[in-house]
Amino acid sequence: MPADSLVKITDVSFAYDERSILKGINMEIPRGKLVAIMGNSGCGKTTLLRLIGGQLKPTSGELLVDGQSVPDMSHAELYAMRRRMGMLFQFGALFTDISVFDNVAYLMREHTDLPEELIRDLVMMKLNAVGLRGAHHLMPAELSGGMARRVALARAIALDPMLIMYDEPFAGLDPISMGVIGQLVRKLNDALGATSLLVTHDVQEALMIVDYVYFVSDGQIVAQGTPDEIRASADPFVHQFVFGEADGPVHFHYPALPFAQELMGEGVGGR
Amino acid sequence: MVGKGFAALLDLLRGGGHRVNDALQTLGFAARFLVMLLVYSGQSFRRFNLTIREIYFSGFQSLLIILVSGLFIGMVLGLQGYETLQRYGSSEALGVLVALSLTRELGPVVAALLFASRAGSSITAEIGLMKATEQLTAMDMMAVNPIARVVGPRFWGGVISMPLLAALFSAVGVFGGYLIGVVLIGVDEGAFWSQMQGSVDFRHDIWSGIVKSFVFGVAVSLISVFEGYDAVPTAEGVSASIKRTVVYSALTILALDFVLTSFLFRGV
Amino acid sequence: MSRKLLDLWVGFFVALGVAALLFLALRVGSFSTSGFGQTYQLTARFDNIGGLKVRGPVKSAGVVVGRVSDIRFDSETYEALVTLTIDGRYSFPKDTFASILTAGLLGEQYIGLDAGGDERRLKNGDSFAKTQSAVVLEKLISQFMFNKASEGQDAK
Repeated sequence: MPADSLVKITDVSFAYDERSILKGINMEIPRGKLVAIMGNSGCGKTTLLRLIGGQLKPTSGELLVDGQSVPDMSHAELYAMRRRMGMLFQFGALFTDISVFDNVAYLMREHTDLPEELIRDLVMMKLNAVGLRGAHHLMPAELSGGMARRVALARAIALDPMLIMYDEPFAGLDPISMGVIGQLVRKLNDALGATSLLVTHDVQEALMIVDYVYFVSDGQIVAQGTPDEIRASADPFVHQFVFGEADGPVHFHYPALPFAQELMGEGVGGR
Repeated sequence: MVGKGFAALLDLLRGGGHRVNDALQTLGFAARFLVMLLVYSGQSFRRFNLTIREIYFSGFQSLLIILVSGLFIGMVLGLQGYETLQRYGSSEALGVLVALSLTRELGPVVAALLFASRAGSSITAEIGLMKATEQLTAMDMMAVNPIARVVGPRFWGGVISMPLLAALFSAVGVFGGYLIGVVLIGVDEGAFWSQMQGSVDFRHDIWSGIVKSFVFGVAVSLISVFEGYDAVPTAEGVSASIKRTVVYSALTILALDFVLTSFLFRGV
Repeated sequence: MSRKLLDLWVGFFVALGVAALLFLALRVGSFSTSGFGQTYQLTARFDNIGGLKVRGPVKSAGVVVGRVSDIRFDSETYEALVTLTIDGRYSFPKDTFASILTAGLLGEQYIGLDAGGDERRLKNGDSFAKTQSAVVLEKLISQFMFNKASEGQDAK
């Protein structure tokens, strides 16, 4: 990987109280690239995004964004950094009390002193980029899931961020919307010259658009490589994940007593 | 040794006082939340139109319920007061009775109770739903402080609206008492007003009522925004928070009313 | 809703609230102690003040001219020391007589001032020379009974 990384994560661990979520993650996200973090649900992918955004502090390890250590930032420095980040939330998290237009204009109004006419033009540009210029007057409740996701995307790129983070952008979308979002993620990354980080468990969709993939399981990175390397990987975990097999290194069953023993009344309620 | 003792103490706390523990934790968070709220209020005030918006939602939109309830309460006071006073042949004191009960007690208390159920619950619901749909997290990630942007304006909107609503409640109530007492029953109009003016002191009776309603406004607004902010981000969590807002507000209003009354009207 | 309309309604709401406050202040209540612009203080000693309360009215010829602002017990003379706050517009002669009276048979107690004929006037901090204590009903009745009883004895 090239030396110039926007995000550099070295040996980062994180735990909620005593429950360990991340155990010694090493990761680099080079500038201008689209990197995906994949893994099964609940493996700590979203936690990783929150660490990069500074909403959580790692228990140990070093986390650099653009050369600055995120855990050591003050509140003001964090906010200064977040202005240069865009984030797409799992279900969009649009502000439901204001229109599509105001949602996209929100950050411009909060963080800049641009005149209203200029904001109007900028918002229309962003909405045009996601193909929803015609929907600017709608309220978020009137949008379909895919459209809401696209508006959220337009809002995430409102201030031309250096780093765009996507938290499960494909979750709960139909195949067509999934394709649309996938293409948009790729196109916007290249057009804006930004760096993107994609957290997802939709392997096939992600492998088509990203430059590099990290596989996370149980708080650790278990595999990494370019999409071609991943597809050709012989690693049993990657194989199970990419081809969606029910059982493999990741077990189908939640840890439990042997079934025969349970039926004999030794497990549930059988004290 | 010390470590062991501490561990044993911790075990005791865990075993016996989980609820106490949780309650204390919530109280601590509430205190921290209040400090944050006050610290970031400067930012809220810089964009005062946000607060104006909230005054519209919590104050203006509560007008109807406040005015109608105030009128009815005043009318009931007029009827009941007349019944009682007439037995002692002092029905001219009706104005005093109506005005004092309203400005000292009923105005601030009933208006605050109505405000808690009308505006407080909707503030909690709004903030709770924003939290449940990750809007607050999104805001924080967009370098917009949700306490300054969402919580602050709603809190101050409530604090500003409450004394005005209480004053309106009392004023309309006095008018209701006038309607029943003077227009309907026929108590002498001059005696009604002059006795009222003679016995109701601005500083002691009316101002104390305003102080009360201000304190209630702070309490109800704080409970409403806190319960919303602290809501468990699910549908059940938000509905539980709304319930808590109404219950806690009512209890707090009545308890505070007792404390304030004993402070404000002592020795009178 | 547009910003202008919102501002308009909120302005309407605030104006209505302030109007209600003014109504309460001017029509419902009155500025008693704070309402007198300039005031001065006089003190009076009574053997017994009966049910007189702080903030009770001070009247002269039936007109409220001030309020009772403080009531204290003087442990040296065993008297009640009452401070009156008098409206600065009114002044009274040195030999004004202060008495504790009752409005009606069972009404509230107030201080009545009966002006004398002295040329000199009472100034801030002055004390009334002549006072009359409250009439305590029990004492009055027992006195009456005692008199009746002694009359009866005399007649024997």
